[in-house]
Amino acid sequence: MKYIDEFRDGDSARHIADKIAAEVKPDLAYNFMEFCGGHTHAISRYGIADMLPPNVRMIHGPGCPVCVLPIGRVDLAIRLALERGVILCTYGDTMRVPASNGLSLIKAKARGADIRMVYSAHDALKLAEQHPDREVVFFAIGFETTTPPTALVLRDAKARGLRNFSVLCCHVLTPAAITHILASAEAREIGTVPLDGFIGPAHVSIVIGSQPYVPFAQTFHKPVVITGFEPMDVMQGILMLVRQVNSSRAEVENEFSRVVTPTGNLAAQQIMAEVFELRESFEWRGLGEVPTSALKIRPEFATWDAERKFELVYASVPDHKQCECGAILRGVKRPQDCKLFGTVCTPESPMGSCMVSNEGACAAHYSYGRFRDLALVNKGPTASNSIAT
Amino acid sequence: MCLAIPARVVEILPGQRAVVDLGGVRKEVSIDLVADAQVDDYVIIHVGYAIGKIDPEEAQRTLALFAELSEAQNSPQPLSVMGEVL
Repeated sequence: MKYIDEFRDGDSARHIADKIAAEVKPDLAYNFMEFCGGHTHAISRYGIADMLPPNVRMIHGPGCPVCVLPIGRVDLAIRLALERGVILCTYGDTMRVPASNGLSLIKAKARGADIRMVYSAHDALKLAEQHPDREVVFFAIGFETTTPPTALVLRDAKARGLRNFSVLCCHVLTPAAITHILASAEAREIGTVPLDGFIGPAHVSIVIGSQPYVPFAQTFHKPVVITGFEPMDVMQGILMLVRQVNSSRAEVENEFSRVVTPTGNLAAQQIMAEVFELRESFEWRGLGEVPTSALKIRPEFATWDAERKFELVYASVPDHKQCECGAILRGVKRPQDCKLFGTVCTPESPMGSCMVSNEGACAAHYSYGRFRDLALVNKGPTASNSIAT
Repeated sequence: MCLAIPARVVEILPGQRAVVDLGGVRKEVSIDLVADAQVDDYVIIHVGYAIGKIDPEEAQRTLALFAELSEAQNSPQPLSVMGEVL
């Protein structure tokens, strides 16, 4: 497919890998965080980690909206469906996020709740039109990529006077989370790894542009390179980060210039500002309460705000004691460091949120990386032959 | 969640809607966020909405850089020259 295949060329990726190997300084360590789950997925799927020198380490960040969704928020949605009899609509990834009492949305559906997986916020609005006798709630999650569509359906619901539709808003913000990882005392207490640069989100940056990263690149002196999700984009982004570190620069660079501009999508920003305002604080799985890191629905749209309409009260719920998702989201631990990984916690039956979406660090490692850890695989051709026989 | 793919606009419909082609698969999406999208433009589709347009010149420029890098590796040219270009 155009604009996909040409950015997946193996030979070109190897040329970039050679360039990275030639330019890294052996006495330096390069710890780069890919904030976005889309990059985590690409790095695992295309074996990018294996193409990097040993002193260049990629650390998975908290940029998967399913992974950072706290249990208490999923509980609110489940209660709406089980106890209040609403038709609850949400994106497919959200269906299997573990919640309290061994439940998830898909398990609540099995208990008789009317929960429906939708491809688009637009589909949830259509359901409300088709069922005027039922309350339809859209459980909206995601970063700045997914937020403008939610804003558009809220605007449309208000314009049409569609009073049986509302949104349980759990939209979160990228720059606030990156700043939190670098700045807050809380983050330092719970532990984060030292970082030398960031791979900036691809599709989030289509909406917000590259400019929002400039102040924090300057304040924290960390380079940021916005890259696309294809393997050559990611490799090129890593090369650009290595060059910034080598020359002690901390700038925002844009490898994904075919879609990302400095100012982003102004129409999307305008509709977001019209419908949403900042929350004072929001709980993230793994990061705890993060100030001004999420959005809530403006009072003008209160009729379509499920939290107000159903008088929902949020309660924080701790993760399972053995689950390491929190530490993995902060980059302190790797998926394979978790006792539950690949045993009781698998993509088919996830215990933790990082195993749910294919952009989650654990799911990506389970699908594409776990055999790298096995001694047999690492022994090379001889071992492979012995497996074959 | 945040994965999105490039698709070609094949038909503009009323109400800020459009039909896009994703490698042979056709789908109706919203172009409310990319109001200036025209037939044959490539847009990035995410959860049923076009969120941005692909700039073909910039895409070509990025690919040209990859190509130059490959040529530089296969020629005796000093690699530092590429360092300034990239």
